[in-house]
Amino acid sequence: MILRMGKISCKEASRLISQAMDERLSFGQRVKLRLHLVLCDACRNFSGNLLLVRRAVARLFEK
Amino acid sequence: MAKDFRKEVEALRPYLVRYASIQLRGTDAVEDVVQETLLAALAAEATFAGRSNLRTWITGILKHKIIDVIRQSSRHRALDAVDGEESAEDFDALFDETGHWRDPPHAWPHPEDALQEKQFVAALEKCLAALPARNSQVFLMREHLGSETAEICKELGITSTHCWVLLYRARMALRACLEKGWLRK
Repeated sequence: MILRMGKISCKEASRLISQAMDERLSFGQRVKLRLHLVLCDACRNFSGNLLLVRRAVARLFEK
Repeated sequence: MAKDFRKEVEALRPYLVRYASIQLRGTDAVEDVVQETLLAALAAEATFAGRSNLRTWITGILKHKIIDVIRQSSRHRALDAVDGEESAEDFDALFDETGHWRDPPHAWPHPEDALQEKQFVAALEKCLAALPARNSQVFLMREHLGSETAEICKELGITSTHCWVLLYRARMALRACLEKGWLRK
């Protein structure tokens, strides 16, 4: 039942991934996103890409 | 005032201009903000005494001035804030009808050496410059100035949903741009 409630598309997952970088997701959102990420390489990569961008932006003017 | 201090502060001007230009793109406030920052820094030499890094200290002053400018200009622009209010629909094209990626994101290699890192940062700056001004402003307030989302919404007089959509858009656009401009070069 949790699995059924947890089904979200990559499109929704991409939004939650971005949102999670700015605020704490609700419990339901976190469960859905986590379940999705376990099964989806593309969204895991997407999330990794965004984190790399975040780190680079933070260091943008350091050098 | 010590001559050296003035010289060191002046030497940071090009860096400050570059920093302010990215965050205040599309406004004519860059020169003013930098000038004010330099003056404030020179006037506050005594406060600086004993701190280790001049650049970090001056950047701190500049950040505050930039946020002031953004706050003021967003007051004037609060009414046309509707641009982009509509949600994140522009990215529908990236997904098929079932919500799957049409072009699934790949894992990016981490820029390991200095040269790769430099190329990545150069591509990133280009991609940032290609974002709509308001998008990059919100994005940089969040990612570079480190503001909390709630604070950004308040400063810019926009709803939290709008704020979130702008951040999502900026990230989607930057990711796509970097994949084209940096990874597939």
